[in-house]
Amino acid sequence: MARIGVFVCHCGENIARMVDCAKVAEETDKLPGVVVSVDYKYVCSDPGQNMIKDAIREHKLDGVVVAACSPHMHEPTFRAAVATAGLNPYLCEMANVREHCSWVHTDRELATEKAIDLVRVMVEKVKKNQELFPIRVPITKRALVIGGGIAGIQAALDIAAGGHEVILVEREPSIGGNMARLSETFPTLDCSQCILTPRMVEVARDPRITLYTYAEVEEVDGFVGNFKVKIRQKAKSVIAELCNGCGDCWRKCPQKKIPSEFDAGLGYRTAIYVPFPQAVPNTPVIDRATCLKFLKDRCGVCAKVCTRNAIDYTMQDEIIEVEVGAIVVATGYDLYGIGKDQPNERWKGYGEYNYDAYPDVISGIQFERLLSASGPTQGAVRRPSDGKEPKSVVFISCVGSRDPEKGLEYCSKICCMYIAKHAMLYKHKVHDGKPYIFYMDIRAGGKNYEEFVRRAVEEDGVLYIRGRVSKIYKDGDQLVVVGADTLSNSQVQVRADLVVLATAMVPHRDAYAVAQKVGIACGWEGFYSEAHPKLRPVETTTAGVYLAGACQAPKDIPEAVAQASAAASKVQLLFSSDELEREPIIASVNEATCVHCRNCIRVCPYTAITDKEIRDKKGNLVKIVAEVNKGLCMGCGTCVAVCPSKSIQLAGFNDEQVFAEITALGSK
Amino acid sequence: MTQETKTVEQAAPEKHWEPKIIAFVCNWCTYAGADLAGTSRIVHEPNIRIIKLPCSGRIDVSFIIKAFEQGADGVIVSGCHPGDCHYTAGNYHARRRFAGFRDLLEFCGFDMRRVTFSWVSAAEGKKWADLVNEVVEKIKELGSFTEYQKFLT
Repeated sequence: MARIGVFVCHCGENIARMVDCAKVAEETDKLPGVVVSVDYKYVCSDPGQNMIKDAIREHKLDGVVVAACSPHMHEPTFRAAVATAGLNPYLCEMANVREHCSWVHTDRELATEKAIDLVRVMVEKVKKNQELFPIRVPITKRALVIGGGIAGIQAALDIAAGGHEVILVEREPSIGGNMARLSETFPTLDCSQCILTPRMVEVARDPRITLYTYAEVEEVDGFVGNFKVKIRQKAKSVIAELCNGCGDCWRKCPQKKIPSEFDAGLGYRTAIYVPFPQAVPNTPVIDRATCLKFLKDRCGVCAKVCTRNAIDYTMQDEIIEVEVGAIVVATGYDLYGIGKDQPNERWKGYGEYNYDAYPDVISGIQFERLLSASGPTQGAVRRPSDGKEPKSVVFISCVGSRDPEKGLEYCSKICCMYIAKHAMLYKHKVHDGKPYIFYMDIRAGGKNYEEFVRRAVEEDGVLYIRGRVSKIYKDGDQLVVVGADTLSNSQVQVRADLVVLATAMVPHRDAYAVAQKVGIACGWEGFYSEAHPKLRPVETTTAGVYLAGACQAPKDIPEAVAQASAAASKVQLLFSSDELEREPIIASVNEATCVHCRNCIRVCPYTAITDKEIRDKKGNLVKIVAEVNKGLCMGCGTCVAVCPSKSIQLAGFNDEQVFAEITALGSK
Repeated sequence: MTQETKTVEQAAPEKHWEPKIIAFVCNWCTYAGADLAGTSRIVHEPNIRIIKLPCSGRIDVSFIIKAFEQGADGVIVSGCHPGDCHYTAGNYHARRRFAGFRDLLEFCGFDMRRVTFSWVSAAEGKKWADLVNEVVEKIKELGSFTEYQKFLT
């Protein structure tokens, strides 16, 4: 027989003014199973809590109901109190007779009646409550960072500085990401490589960081605190430990005309290559798709000239298995291409600019490579078609962005700033050059951003034309840019030697594939989904997986760095205890009655339910049932509602408890 | 124990009849919204009894049936707005389930005017109070729901 104690709080006048607390206690005392029922002025106070603890001991209570404020207010208080008196905290419930009753009703008789009902509901529920114990999950205090751009680098450095091991996986031969391709950054015009490369070197040097470049995450299994990850280290064909970075191999490589990915197709690289001079690590890799040795079994010059015997054509991909407790996804972004060849149907390319057929119509990142001192033109601004210096350059904003017809409604955030930067840097290099910018709006919302744009106009004489460009066509060896000037209400045509397009920032091409491997969602426009758009920007709904950088949404470098540090702090939070303690409000399966219809597995928002094989002593398969992962289940109960055999229940809110609550309202 | 005949009685109070409304709400949005109505002291009708669940996705159709069995005259089901579910997707399941079961419940003889499905967020204290008042008024017009009264000894 139950032994329930009920404590009705006056909360000063807050409850007592509208609810007759003494009467509530009196009526509740009559309920079967209630052995003590009292009212008191402030139950949450120390004497109030002591009263509960004394009652537990004196009356040997096996359940407590506190009729007071909202459980959102004091449930932890009372649960902690009963725990110190030796009663399992989950045998304590609260009836909300303040926020839901005394504060919102004006008829004392009806309010008291309602309070009595609400207490009775919780008494009947508590009778069905079971002791629950926090679930303890061990934590592997090692983090995996996927992506070696500025966000991934920052996250790795922060986590390592916090004293934990980090594994950083980058698919390109070098870390650095898109930031390494920039010449100078807004609004300071800092040289991008100059501020980035020290960080890159730190990553390589830090003994707590294990760096895998030219590698990709192949598979992710497990759950928060206990991930098992397989990393595919692609065959570099160069033995890193032997290589001294002399460069003889790529200098002698006969394949000299391979379009360089790093230079966005404007420059060339060799088959054995280092993507850029400041690469970390400085080990070259062989691109087997273009290397003559692998294509035709010829050449082999690099192996001949290498004084360290570091070339190994027989090297194979290697699968490395690691165990980590947290994953930070920092896989960055790609840029919208204006050509006909698009990754999906919604994106249309720009036929009005003749798609990507004009060599002198280039993207922002290609212009960065032209500006960059280590780029294909050593920093000289030259037309890709004939190598001449352009005297008139048109920059077009919002190419792809804010353009539902082309498939992207959103603003890419950084383009207004880098377009101003490009125009300024062009003017600094070509003093008699004329930069024009076609814009819709100017979005310069950061520290010193607005001042930066003003500088472009006032100091460097950049001409801003407010209007869109409807067409670009060739006339002789120049391009004619036809657009609108809405402020003067006219059409304008600008003869340009070079056109630079501010193309939209889009999720990187393998975003969806990585999301599937890691178990996170691609949401808005294909970028990774954060757990809450305002309050949880670096977490995902998958426990233990965090986001940093442009893979979550278009952003600039300061934001990417801030987000990376935030993700790192979340990882440190996770690692700050040896065990992960979780609320035991989770689902569990009755394996005897489960028929493996898999309804629950299908509906779980956290993919916390999987198949479990039940085998007999000889190892024969008896049946397969559903199994709830205690580390992943968040306790929503959706599975319970869809189970046709009622084989899955949610601790704290199982069917028995809910029916008891409903029945309590009927038993008048 | 006998079964009462299935006729709907108009509210003919010997004593003044007050409708009984049971609400199944999600902890994170609607329950918090009702709390907010409380902290904001927004007065509303006292006929409502809230049963807290972690998520609207937890709500089983049998809860609604049981509520009517136990003498409820009206039922409210409320959770987070679509897209805002604390558990990401529970409310979508609730919505789909409700859409699927509406017709079945109606076929079984439940007066679906007595069941209200709503989204109330944690910031919508006023909306909750208004919802309660609307539902209570509607049920007062419809009268007491006697068809599925369970006879308890």
